[in-house]
Amino acid sequence: MSRSLAIVIAGSVLVAGVAWSLATLLTGGTEDYRERFASESAPASEAGSSAAGQPSSPSSSQAPSPQTATAAPSTEPPPRSAIPDNQFGDLVRQGERIFNDTGQYADAYAGNDLSCQNCHFDGGRYNKTAPLRSAWPMYPAYRGKNQHVNDYAERLQGCFIYSMNGKAPPRDGEVIQALQAYSFWLAKGMPTGEEPEYRGFPNVAEPPEPPSFGRGETVFQANCALCHGENGQGQKAADDSMGFPPLWGEGSYNWGAGMHRVNTAAAFIKAAMPLGKPDLTDQQAWDVALFINSHERPQDPRFNGSVQETGERFHQHQGQYGKTVDGRVLGENAPPSGTVP
Amino acid sequence: MARLPVIVVLCLLFPSAYAQQNTANTAPPAAQSCVACHGAQGQGTGSYPHLAGLGEAYFKRQLDAFASGERVNAIMKPIASGLSEEQRQALAGYFSALAMQPGGGQAGEAPTGPGRELALHGRWQQDLPACVQCHGPGGLGIGADFPPIAGQPAGYLRNQLKAWRSGDRPAGPQGLMGHIAEQLDADDLKAVAEYFASLPAAKEANNE
Ligand code: HEC
Ligand code: HEC
Ligand code: HEC
Ligand code: HEC
Repeated sequence: MSRSLAIVIAGSVLVAGVAWSLATLLTGGTEDYRERFASESAPASEAGSSAAGQPSSPSSSQAPSPQTATAAPSTEPPPRSAIPDNQFGDLVRQGERIFNDTGQYADAYAGNDLSCQNCHFDGGRYNKTAPLRSAWPMYPAYRGKNQHVNDYAERLQGCFIYSMNGKAPPRDGEVIQALQAYSFWLAKGMPTGEEPEYRGFPNVAEPPEPPSFGRGETVFQANCALCHGENGQGQKAADDSMGFPPLWGEGSYNWGAGMHRVNTAAAFIKAAMPLGKPDLTDQQAWDVALFINSHERPQDPRFNGSVQETGERFHQHQGQYGKTVDGRVLGENAPPSGTVP
Repeated sequence: MARLPVIVVLCLLFPSAYAQQNTANTAPPAAQSCVACHGAQGQGTGSYPHLAGLGEAYFKRQLDAFASGERVNAIMKPIASGLSEEQRQALAGYFSALAMQPGGGQAGEAPTGPGRELALHGRWQQDLPACVQCHGPGGLGIGADFPPIAGQPAGYLRNQLKAWRSGDRPAGPQGLMGHIAEQLDADDLKAVAEYFASLPAAKEANNE
């Protein structure tokens, strides 16, 4: 009797100790992913809660990043062939289709030329591009972006409104249900509420020099234009589908999307671009992230008629909205948001 | 003196090229010497690759590379070396504007299995993208720089992948393709080459 009591007490002390040191570790930095993680049930908001590139985050190579600080089991998501042949499996497959070809399978809610997997590679499986299986077990969570606790369905709705420049699909409709089923299925074996090994995009170190538009343009022409086009407009494949997605302009993500933040884009680019050979230096990733995000894109859906006011309310972060580039205020000439067919 | 027969032959060939193509895409004279191996409409013969529909920039780059010897090939080297800059450009423009006919190429039953998996999904656990991300859905190509690979002879495709690995072919724009090929092993090469060889080189509904 007293022996098991001792074990319980010892166990609790151990858990509390680990939690305490973890929390201390995580709150060590400035206002970033880690801090929010420690103070709330779960972090992550599309709008730049990424560990990536917060101004004062230490170098990625030495510092414990969220991807290495904890030790959830590093399993693989189940193989595609394992989707069961039943009604649940049908819903999972529908979720996979929506994720991979959003314009076709959720056309009423997608307002640009992107698909979810353009940013979350391999149908949301790739560890370095905010994998779905790591997201699913971390909701409900507080999001600084809308300042309340979001469940997973609401998180998905946000993706449609911002990254997809579209409209929120109804929570109980097929689109959200299918994407939830797909995420749930991918997350098999992931511990609920425990910070996973891979979450968001990997950390990118601060650049040695402040990001520069001019250098970014050079990086862009040498490393990105081949696929994304001279004007970031993307390229169609021979069968007329979207081959390489647009980086700015009316077909891309809008001024409210997480990717418009220079730090978030720098982290994504460092980890994943150029496709198949991501070999930019940290400095180059930051420079080109600044460059692509210094062009017009669809308006912030929270726009209230004034770029300045919208900027003051919603853009106190590393973004270019409301800034003047080439004599033009970004946001003033933005194509409309939420343009679903 | 030798010029006369050539002119006569060319005069005879022009109308036939028009008859088949029925577009303003005039075959440059030099294209005649390609027919024996690459087919009258650039659709390929036997184990020789088809040329129709290859992107213009890609095509020109290959002729330059054959001529310089960077892309090692005993047959194409003398042919490419004998072409002037203008002729290469004209040939690239001509063949890139030709379309593969549906049912052309080496189409057959597409094998399932590892080749298909690599082609459609890549191997992202090892940071390897899917082939179709750069070569387009169905392997039909994207723009001027990412060549269609569907319906090319399996042996040809496999040789190219090997050539990158042995340094007999330049890595291509930004070194992208060379970097991909380096990460494939012999089984991958075989499986993925067979997969793309079996796909139709053109879509049924020709939306040219
Ligand atoms: C070889 C072609 C290629 C090159 C080169 C390339 N990309 Fe991409 N990029 C892609 C593809 C393909 C996707 C979509 C990936 C997917 O769907 O799995 C993508 C997606 C993106 C996205 C997210 C989707 C979007 O349209 O916003 C961004 C941002 C991006 N690339 C930026 C860059 C930058 C910056 C560079 C240069 C440093 C670059 N890319 C170089 C092919 C390329
Ligand atoms: C333009 C790029 C882009 C597109 C397109 C996009 N996302 Fe995202 N997504 C992001 C970014 C950036 C984040 C934030 C990652 C971070 O904070 O580290 C994110 C975060 C998420 C998260 C939360 C991840 C987590 O760990 O909490 C989910 C779930 C998600 N996206 C789903 C989707 C779905 C579903 C779609 C399509 C309807 C979609 N995304 C389209 C860029 C994109
Ligand atoms: C005697 C046969 C022969 C003739 C004639 C010939 N070729 Fe080739 N060609 C080949 C072979 C063999 C290859 C494959 C080379 C390799 O494996 O790298 C090839 C490859 C090519 C390629 C590369 C295709 C690709 O997909 O990368 C181009 C371009 C090409 N030839 C153009 C031409 C042109 C233009 C002519 C006429 C001026 C011509 N060839 C005449 C045999 C020939
Ligand atoms: C990141 C983009 C990218 C990816 C992914 C990619 N390729 Fe390529 N591939 C290219 C480019 C660019 C070229 C043209 C190279 C050149 O210009 O010499 C090419 C050329 C080729 C060729 C030569 C075609 C010909 O006609 O000679 C073959 C074969 C090929 N790729 C096969 C593959 C296979 C198989 C895969 C998947 C395992 C793959 N590629 C994935 C970019 C890519």
